[in-house]
Amino acid sequence: MSEPTQRSDSFEPRIVAFFCNWCTYTAADLAGTARMTYAPNARVVRVMCSGRLDPQFILAALRNGADGVLIGGCHPGDCHYQEGNYKALRRFILLKRMLASFGIEEERVRLEWIAASEGEKVQRVINEMTDTIRRLGPLRLEPLPAEAAEGHGQKVAVHGGAV
Amino acid sequence: MSAVNASPNGTPKVGVYVCHCGINIAGVIDVTKVVEFAKTLPNVTVAQEYKFMCSDPGQELIQKDLKDGKIDRVVVASCSPLMHEPTFRRAMAACGGNPFLFQMANIREHVSWVNKEKGSATEKAKALVAAAVRRVVFHKPLQKTQVPVNSDVLIVGGGISGIHAALTMADAGRKVYLVEREPTIGGHMAKFDKTFPTLDCSACILTPKMSQVRAHPNITLWTYSEVAEIEGYVGNFKARVRRKPKYVDEGLCVGCLECIEACIFKKGKFKDEFNVGLSLRKPIYVPFPQATPLVAVIDPETCAFFRTGKCKQTCAEVCERKAIDFNQKEEIKEINVGAIILATGFKTFDASRIARYGYGKYPTVYTSLEVERLVNAAGPTGGEVLLPNGQKPKAVGIVHCVGSRDEKTNRYCSRVCCMYSLKLAHLIHERTGAEVYNFYIDMRTPGKGYEEFYDRLMKENVHFIRGRVAEVSDWAMTPEEEGKLVIRAEDTLVGAVRRIPVDMVVLSVGLEPQPDADEVRRRFNISCSTEGWFLERHPKLAPVSTFTDGIFLAGACQGPKDIPDCVAQAGAAAAEALAMIDRGHVELEPNTAFVTEEFCSGCKTCVPLCPYSAISFDTSKNKAVVNGALCKGCGTCVAACPSGALQQNLFTDEEIFNEIEGVVKYV
Amino acid sequence: MSKPKVGFYWCASCGGCEEAVVDLAEGILDVVAAVDIVFWPVALDFKRSDVEALVDGELAVCFINGAIRSSEQCEMVELLRRKAKAVIAFGSCAQLGGIPGLANESSRAAVMDEAYKHAPSVDKGNTVEPIPHITVPEGKLELPVLWETVKTLDQVIDVDYYLPGCPPPVELIGNALKAILSGQLPPKGTVLAPDIALCEHCDRRETKPDKLSVKQFKRPHLTAVDPKECLLAQGLLCLGPVTRDGCGSPCIKANMPCTGCLGPTSNVRDYGAKALSAIASTAGANDEKEMEKILAGIVDPVGTFYRYSLPASFLHRRYQPTARGGK
Repeated sequence: MSEPTQRSDSFEPRIVAFFCNWCTYTAADLAGTARMTYAPNARVVRVMCSGRLDPQFILAALRNGADGVLIGGCHPGDCHYQEGNYKALRRFILLKRMLASFGIEEERVRLEWIAASEGEKVQRVINEMTDTIRRLGPLRLEPLPAEAAEGHGQKVAVHGGAV
Repeated sequence: MSAVNASPNGTPKVGVYVCHCGINIAGVIDVTKVVEFAKTLPNVTVAQEYKFMCSDPGQELIQKDLKDGKIDRVVVASCSPLMHEPTFRRAMAACGGNPFLFQMANIREHVSWVNKEKGSATEKAKALVAAAVRRVVFHKPLQKTQVPVNSDVLIVGGGISGIHAALTMADAGRKVYLVEREPTIGGHMAKFDKTFPTLDCSACILTPKMSQVRAHPNITLWTYSEVAEIEGYVGNFKARVRRKPKYVDEGLCVGCLECIEACIFKKGKFKDEFNVGLSLRKPIYVPFPQATPLVAVIDPETCAFFRTGKCKQTCAEVCERKAIDFNQKEEIKEINVGAIILATGFKTFDASRIARYGYGKYPTVYTSLEVERLVNAAGPTGGEVLLPNGQKPKAVGIVHCVGSRDEKTNRYCSRVCCMYSLKLAHLIHERTGAEVYNFYIDMRTPGKGYEEFYDRLMKENVHFIRGRVAEVSDWAMTPEEEGKLVIRAEDTLVGAVRRIPVDMVVLSVGLEPQPDADEVRRRFNISCSTEGWFLERHPKLAPVSTFTDGIFLAGACQGPKDIPDCVAQAGAAAAEALAMIDRGHVELEPNTAFVTEEFCSGCKTCVPLCPYSAISFDTSKNKAVVNGALCKGCGTCVAACPSGALQQNLFTDEEIFNEIEGVVKYV
Repeated sequence: MSKPKVGFYWCASCGGCEEAVVDLAEGILDVVAAVDIVFWPVALDFKRSDVEALVDGELAVCFINGAIRSSEQCEMVELLRRKAKAVIAFGSCAQLGGIPGLANESSRAAVMDEAYKHAPSVDKGNTVEPIPHITVPEGKLELPVLWETVKTLDQVIDVDYYLPGCPPPVELIGNALKAILSGQLPPKGTVLAPDIALCEHCDRRETKPDKLSVKQFKRPHLTAVDPKECLLAQGLLCLGPVTRDGCGSPCIKANMPCTGCLGPTSNVRDYGAKALSAIASTAGANDEKEMEKILAGIVDPVGTFYRYSLPASFLHRRYQPTARGGK
């Protein structure tokens, strides 16, 4: 494994962006095709639908070193899979409340509906979020011992069954 | 962590190929650094760069390494997977590899094209490569499933695009359902008198096609009908079509029009939609003499029987075929089709939105569509250009770009207005001898014979004034302006503000998406561009496809288009649909959800979440069951499964967790 | 032949785990017959020096319950780790942090303030706080230091097996002991309980509708609970779908929803996030306002979903931006 590169004095936030294949990922492609430059801080993980987003993924991103998480899905009513984005929203509403209880700044985890045609919105949201998180500073979660970071201490998902 | 599949010798061997894409990628990203970095990643056995990975020699690099056993799974860092994932998967399959042991890192659309700074772009590219490498190690070899395709087609919209697509498909022997919401097919084209630049008569070229549609044994034509609901998927759609009652039996009506004559309303009293309100019709009517099908319609909103219950029903009395049926009810038809072509067209810009042009205020300000009806021999004036006072205009101003190329309304160019304005200028000049003034921003006449037509108009002494019109008003400054409308515009070629008094103003309105385009696209599960036009899968490479497989686009619903382009696109959509149907089957992405029964506790959390009812519950086994043919692979159930028993192929928890770790941890 | 030596120890725990061992009832006699208990401070008078006197690896197995939050606990488990061939994290607290782990919702300072200054039982005019180091005429005295953060056992030492539950169900303890005595242990890292969720064997399983859509989340103490119907179907936050089987569902049998003490199955990395996902998904609304209204019925998401597993979660503890953390 290579060493993480050193962060320079000016803090560069690391954002994990979960984009749905049909709307937001396509919009990000469009932003590229249109050569809209924007902050390099967001790294996209493609899922087929925002409904695939398990809150575990968002927390895993934060645990692994993301300073922010952006979720991009189709606008309400526009989901390629009819209602996946509503399911994503149900989880997000509760997750947001939970993150607030954890004391994590609200701005670090953001949900945006971005349609396939809204390349400009991808650009704007990523720029905004990068600026906001740069102001907030890095998310310095208390480190876990490396092994435990894999999960609940059960190092490997061994399916022991009843003993 | 070493749970790896399909690597025969236990350890996975990942090949990483970083594409330059000419200078598209290499101009911003230090590709060599990315390759060197990739070499340091676990499980990577080959890492190299190449100018164009998607080219044959690029693909051969991968194939050779696969054949030589140097690698068993592949990461290509290049463009978007939406662009070339199929290309590389095919390349892998072609040499015996499993195409799903593959992952793309999008370092072009998501990195080099949106980044100018080399350092950060290279770092970001490394992160995406690291994520792809970490993830691909967990990929499993998968198989695409094949499902048979229903060979029938649904075409929505009976304008020239829908008509042409329907005839093409029907001629190829496919059964076509053509659904049109108006009482007749023909669309906008049926309203035009002449078509540019040839000035051939619109009806002469359109109506034969309309009758062909009616007579074609392979076409089921449903007018006055709308698609209410769509379900299913490519190759196997189920559509419910709502047929509104015409109160006239289509099977019995022979189009003699006696009923219209016999109506208790002796004269037309209600705005005639087909003539855009320039004439009046009766409650029972046909939109125009060549309407197809030629069947009378009763409008219950205006019919005395429906409004009051008191009517002598003279229409029914006079009908020898007993075709009038006041008890006709709405009908829902359910059909199964393999492909759908949307050809739902456009609407014209509402000119009253630009108050300073006086539409709706001055009766002699017309929209171009109204003038199309005025110049039409079958129109309300029999083709004479007459003002409301019955006079012919002596001077006519045509205002271009109304609702187009304007930040306040629509930014785009509507593409057809310059040419139809020229056509109208010609027709008005020809019919009235009037002086015709065109006020334009730029003349846009690309197209076969178009520039020549423009030349011809200039020789016909039609005036061209380059400048956007500021205002149309009846405020006279000089005696010559009294009783006239004055068009005020800056003539940018002369550099002076001009006032041109005219008797008639024609507003060349732009094209806009149908008012219900948004509802329609939701119904069909496709996307729209910002302006509201239906979005094609790729503007160059898949211009008639949508992001929903099996649904194609034709005509102006995708963006402003003239008739030749509509017909060309309709032909293309028909060809694409045919290609899909004639293959006989479609291959479905294997990114479906699956249950590991050992871990399923039967809690049923997943069951209600599936919008496709793909998850059922087996009560005897107490397990959830996923029907792979119905599952479309959104993964919503997987995210909810409280015990991780549900997973999604190509998007397992393990794959996504590793991708997350890759994007943040490695670089 | 000498009997295998066994130790029991407790850290941040309530003593319930010790009770669970005693709950083996007559079974405990078999255990005593089969093994030598050489360390069990709760039940028998052993000293730390007795453990120190053991050879490294002399203990065949050591059962450790409770979460880890003090320097003393840390020292003891490190010592026991050295002396034991196998360490079993015994109960929710050792495995996942347990109820004491909920202290990770606040800071050490807040906990100390609450306990020594603001608790109703404290004489407000005469508060005393523990001081870790103090010199008295007789010499220096030292108290264990309370950590900022509660940890799971495996965040402190290497753990071989996990016995989940608050406390671990007697049957699982018995099975584990049998496995140890017979030497037939599963691979290291295994949770010694069935790897399937509780619904699998729930008596109310059949009453759960196929398409559950919760319109209102209710709290058990404010609700007349039907004794037969699926609790989730009644709008009660039963975490049975997320929680490992193996307890015999005593809570549900007592008409109380499962609170999740056996933790997640092996395919889930973060119990609370997964529970949240599953439960939020059942909120029967697509309108945002309506969703918010329904989900507002879940009063305390952290306390509900991480009741037993906060220290083992991805976030581990309440975020303290000013505290020294780091990457």
